[in-house]
Amino acid sequence: MAEMTYRDAVAYGIAQEMARDPSVVFLGEDIGSAGGVFKATVGLQERFGKGRVVDTPISEQAILGAAMGAAMTGLRPIAEIMFSDFFAVCWDIVANEIAKARYMTNGQVALPLVIRSGNGGGARFGAQHSQSVENWAMAIPGLKVVAPSTPSDVVGLLAAAVRDPDPVLFFEQKSLYATKGDVPDGELVDELGKAAVVRHGPAATVVALAAMVPRALAAADELAREGIEVTVIDLRSLVPLDVTTVATSVAATGHLVTVEENPRLCGWGAEVASIVAEENLFDLDGPIVRVTTPHVPLPAADALEDAALPNVARIVEGVRRSLA
Amino acid sequence: MTSLSESPAAPAPPAPSADVRLRLYRSMVEMRAFEKRAYDLFLQGLVKGTSHLGLGQEAVAAGFGVALRPEDYTFCTYRGHNHTLARGVPMAPVMAELMGRQLGLMAGKGGSMHLTSIPHRMMGSYAIVGAHLTIANGAAWSSKLRGAPEVTVCFFGDGTTNIGAFHEALNLAAVWQLPIVFVCENNRWMEYTPISSVTAVAHPAAGRAPAYGLDPILIDGNDADATFAAAASALERARAGGGPSLIEAETYRHGGHSRADPGKYRPDDEVAAWLARDPIPTYRARLVAAGVDEGALVRVEEAAQEAVDEATEQAMASPPPDLALVHRDVFSDGGATWRR
Ligand SMILES: Cc1ncc(C[n+]2csc(CCOP(=O)(O)OP(=O)(O)O)c2C)c(N)n1
Repeated sequence: MAEMTYRDAVAYGIAQEMARDPSVVFLGEDIGSAGGVFKATVGLQERFGKGRVVDTPISEQAILGAAMGAAMTGLRPIAEIMFSDFFAVCWDIVANEIAKARYMTNGQVALPLVIRSGNGGGARFGAQHSQSVENWAMAIPGLKVVAPSTPSDVVGLLAAAVRDPDPVLFFEQKSLYATKGDVPDGELVDELGKAAVVRHGPAATVVALAAMVPRALAAADELAREGIEVTVIDLRSLVPLDVTTVATSVAATGHLVTVEENPRLCGWGAEVASIVAEENLFDLDGPIVRVTTPHVPLPAADALEDAALPNVARIVEGVRRSLA
Repeated sequence: MTSLSESPAAPAPPAPSADVRLRLYRSMVEMRAFEKRAYDLFLQGLVKGTSHLGLGQEAVAAGFGVALRPEDYTFCTYRGHNHTLARGVPMAPVMAELMGRQLGLMAGKGGSMHLTSIPHRMMGSYAIVGAHLTIANGAAWSSKLRGAPEVTVCFFGDGTTNIGAFHEALNLAAVWQLPIVFVCENNRWMEYTPISSVTAVAHPAAGRAPAYGLDPILIDGNDADATFAAAASALERARAGGGPSLIEAETYRHGGHSRADPGKYRPDDEVAAWLARDPIPTYRARLVAAGVDEGALVRVEEAAQEAVDEATEQAMASPPPDLALVHRDVFSDGGATWRR
């Protein structure tokens, strides 16, 4: 067991897979000699060489196209899109090409590739470097979508993503890079599509993802001081979506609150809410409440950004509304 | 290769062997017969949706098809029937794919614009202009990393040279010295707009080659000897580690852009001039003049027609696809399940 940051867990996880499988290659902007703009990939190029860890031009379409073509022909690429906001300049390759290749070719094409990206707000970077776009990805059939909240999940889910035969979008929440956690020794391989119940309590089910998980846990602590014990589920993966874990919990608590960093409209919580409303309505003893970033671009100033992102007080208030 | 001031001005390349010439001719004749039938079937409502024919552009596909080795990769556009046949994909599943039948190359899940046959290393036909240039790079990169002596060939139209992906792909291919050949089929028109009216240089691909440190290569895309020679030399260069090439092949589509478009927006004299340079009769005349037995050519023509007839019959006899296919192969487990 070693304590490490979420940031270091990224390089640790990539190294685990590159050491195991020579077909794993890694490409992106500034990832090699610079070790990544978030310093999440330090040391990989020294260890695995410039052939397998490749610095690219600022060409997001070319990066993802290269990953796709390489995956079609025997490699298992990991591509980095520095900030998830930049998916907007290469979304064609993601949504039209990578996501649809297997389907359109009647199963002839497999694309075992991972696209990692720094996602989310909290760094005061303003509206073009702070978005949470996991809901964009979730809307496209053919993609798997993962967003870890802890260093050990970074390692385990990254390994699962690299080994998965399908394309996986792997969202690293930028505000978590400096957080620390224990990572077990030895090879760590998790499973995609399994949520984690990270706190147990009978009063309500709070479902969160990535950076919203520690906030949901902090809200649970605060509620516990008033005697309200809630369950907190870390969804970990949006596709596949672990409906069973959510529904089982809601059956026990009768209340559902989702905590989403993405802006309100068509956020992932809307899908979770609609599934529960359709399939588990009679388990509910109160309204489903969605706590989200409002439907606004993220502002830069710290005071404004903090006011926009879901915080502990809003999560507590959301749980109270569901219980009222 | 030629100066860019006039076109097409490539000096006559050395003639390929008689065997290669016959293969080039056969390939073109098969494509022509296939595409004519596809057009007829479209008019009859049997080919649904859309199709983009390669009528008139056969010499490009044939020249490369004959020069490629089985291990090489092809990427092309929605105007990809010719390139698919050029890799040896049988006609019947291609025809059935256009018709949306179970026998289709992708059982009807892709359609005319997405013909793909991985066993033939026909790595796909792509319908978002420009995207596949970046994907083709990935295959070439993979060949290079694996140390495999494979070359990737990527076909696209003149209009594609004005989209950002073209620039990203050409630059990366040059920087990484990839074993890839980019082939711009300059048929002078995008959909309904002439390329010259929207492009800053006279030769949309060759004129940009120097920006990527590449030689400007302009060839007569209606001359199968010229396309074969250009293909052979670019493939050899790539296989020997010499990096990418960008070839602009000047050609013309005989019909409209897609579907039943009659292409009336094009000046009559332009159409007439290019029809006079039809790659198939001109090549036939050249072979006859070179002493090829005309009977052999007639046999090639008859065989192509029979093959198309047979493919059409097989495709027509095939039922529509199994409806369960709607939910298949979204993910690697074979299904579309997104929840647990
Ligand atoms: C990104 C994108 N923009 C527009 C279109 C619509 N479109 C389809 S084909 C075409 C013309 C392309 O011209 P060119 O590259 O010269 O190829 P050609 O059709 O002549 O083979 C256009 C504009 C598209 N498919 N993709």
